[in-house]
Amino acid sequence: MGKHTFSIGGVHPHDSKISRGCAIEPLPLAPVVYISVAQHIGAPSVPCVQVGDKVKVGQVIAEPGGFVSAFIHSSVSGTVKSIGPRADLAGRPATHIEIEVEGDEWLEGIDTGDTLVTKIPEDNKAIIEKIRQGGVVGLGGATFPTHVKLSPPPGSKCERVIINGCECEPYLTSDFRTLLEKGEQVVVGAAILKQVMGNVPCTVAIEENKPEAIAHIKEVIARLGYEGIEVMPMKMRYPQGGEKQLIDAVMHRQVGSGALPISVGAVVQNVATALAVYDAVQKNKPIVDNSVTVTGECFPRQANLLVRVGTPLRYIVDYLGGVPADAAKIISGGPMMGRAVANLDAATVKGTGALLFLTAAQTRRAPESHCIRCGKCADACPMGLEPFLLNKLSRNMDLEALEANAAQDCIECGCCLYSCPAHIPLLDIIRQGKGAVLGAIRARAAAAKAAAEAAKNN
Amino acid sequence: MVKTILLTVAVITALGLLLALVLYLVAQKFKVEEDPRIDEVEKAMPGANCGGCGFAGCRAFAESAVKAPNLDNHFCPVGGNEVMAQVAAILGYELKAKAPEVAVVRCNGTCEARPRTSDYDGMASCAVKAALYTGDTGCAFGCLGCGDCAAACQFGALTMDPVTGLPVVDEEKCTACGACVKACPKKIIELRPKGPRGMKVFVSCVNKDKGPVARKACANACIGCNICAKTCTHEAITVEGNLAYIDASKCKLCRECEAMCPTGAIHGVNFPKALDKEAIKERIKARQNG
Repeated sequence: MGKHTFSIGGVHPHDSKISRGCAIEPLPLAPVVYISVAQHIGAPSVPCVQVGDKVKVGQVIAEPGGFVSAFIHSSVSGTVKSIGPRADLAGRPATHIEIEVEGDEWLEGIDTGDTLVTKIPEDNKAIIEKIRQGGVVGLGGATFPTHVKLSPPPGSKCERVIINGCECEPYLTSDFRTLLEKGEQVVVGAAILKQVMGNVPCTVAIEENKPEAIAHIKEVIARLGYEGIEVMPMKMRYPQGGEKQLIDAVMHRQVGSGALPISVGAVVQNVATALAVYDAVQKNKPIVDNSVTVTGECFPRQANLLVRVGTPLRYIVDYLGGVPADAAKIISGGPMMGRAVANLDAATVKGTGALLFLTAAQTRRAPESHCIRCGKCADACPMGLEPFLLNKLSRNMDLEALEANAAQDCIECGCCLYSCPAHIPLLDIIRQGKGAVLGAIRARAAAAKAAAEAAKNN
Repeated sequence: MVKTILLTVAVITALGLLLALVLYLVAQKFKVEEDPRIDEVEKAMPGANCGGCGFAGCRAFAESAVKAPNLDNHFCPVGGNEVMAQVAAILGYELKAKAPEVAVVRCNGTCEARPRTSDYDGMASCAVKAALYTGDTGCAFGCLGCGDCAAACQFGALTMDPVTGLPVVDEEKCTACGACVKACPKKIIELRPKGPRGMKVFVSCVNKDKGPVARKACANACIGCNICAKTCTHEAITVEGNLAYIDASKCKLCRECEAMCPTGAIHGVNFPKALDKEAIKERIKARQNG
């Protein structure tokens, strides 16, 4: 079997996984945590605790604010100090619940032991409800509520569950370490997902730069004796872990513009999500912590930490020895898609996967020059778009032409910007156009809905 | 030889006349009726085609104006009342004169007053910067300083001051077309009435944070302390969401609020004399005591 990969575009950045040897270690509890109520895609959750309440680890502190929303649990035990706006990573205010930590007392019913529970409950509805109650969201980056993904709309049928262990972003190693250290749990999580989706085949996709993980997961599957779960080594190529790219690579099917993966029969879940599903279903343990890679060439102490949700970034950095003097930029996430941290006082969220320290030389942007229509960006785009054209259209805000050229399909992977020899900030510009087109599409849908309502009432 | 030349000339001439006649008849038959006033109105327009009126250009404005029942929804900010009077004369409409407006920058977060909290090394565009984060200062509302407004101005009326990092409006050149207002992602530029001899008083801040937070981010911020609203005897000032706003239609340019503002967020511009804070404060005290 040859190496699998997606059919168009992509780039080959150096993988720089310098923290791959660091085992996941639990971070000591911070004195205070700040838990955001908007840490998933969809409606923000609604706080259901009062200032002064005593909470335990795993206790629900905010309830879903809609169908596409998630439960949020206290990640520590202690007292709720305040509920109010606080600046997030980008400095934008979001409602946070501040909890002062007192001890580490877990809610009753949560199994905190290490014993592997392999017996999967039979009732699929109960499993999905447990996943919902556990506040599980997609931990691959998009933080889309998992129970919504596992409830496909009527008429669509899942044909394959894909567990995404590509971790194609340079520097990140938390998924790799999870596969190595919690491979059994991930495989049981995959088996749960497979059962919920109707016992369809399941593929664990891992990039070939992680041979230890590939061998380990193969061994675990054989040992636990699950049928229909296979490991698929993937070629190293960015953005292999993009949902649509991975479906293309594994199933050779293309997800249409604006369509969901389920339309081609695929459900993709990240490795960390599979682990969270295992915890929620088998251990009654909601998402209260997640693995965060702290790395960078200029950072003296590489680490993969198990961090409680809501821990201030500054606490993590100080624990590892503080911000290095030559670090010019801190990025939350990987270097390709991560976002620069403007505010170290911000707290982690469920989807925080990494803190990356880069020096001035690594982040410096070369001066922009003119587009010579070389087409490298079009070659690199994994969605088959023409970034040089979208660049021009976005600068002129030609919404009609942007939509005709599928600016809304951009996945913001940054391959165009990475490949541009003229150093044009293509993604920065196209993101503007994409936002405007999505706004126009939404406005049109809302207008059509309003018109349909009006027609129905008359 | 001569005969051939003459014959050729005669045939060509006859043919030309015949075809001209055909063209004339066809043109008469399929003539597009167009209001001649459209051309007249377009001629009276400044011809900047800036789009400040809300139409695609001067021609589009003229076409719409001719069809409209009155001129209430048509105003050329570049030409102002002068041009509109001409347009009204051509179309036989009555003109409601509009107070001339000018762009005003409602942020005084200079480099000195508003310390940087991070370095921005991305693309030099306010729109891009605003999409990434709240900006490289503690103030989430103020000017981002990349000059999208200056780039949007067709009249060269906006320039970025390298010392303060803020845009400066040249009131002589500003036509109040509103391009900068649309370009600013933080919505800090406002079109305000020009005022007598250009004199106007406005709050040069849009920060809605609570007082201490705003003050920490910027020394020149409005802290929503309400002193101006209490001082004003013309009910021109409202404080909403920790931010004061002066209604230009009610402001009598007495400058009392400016003298009382503890942070200097209120600006009076184009006044012939410098503000004598002490004299005004004594005047207010005397009024309050007796």
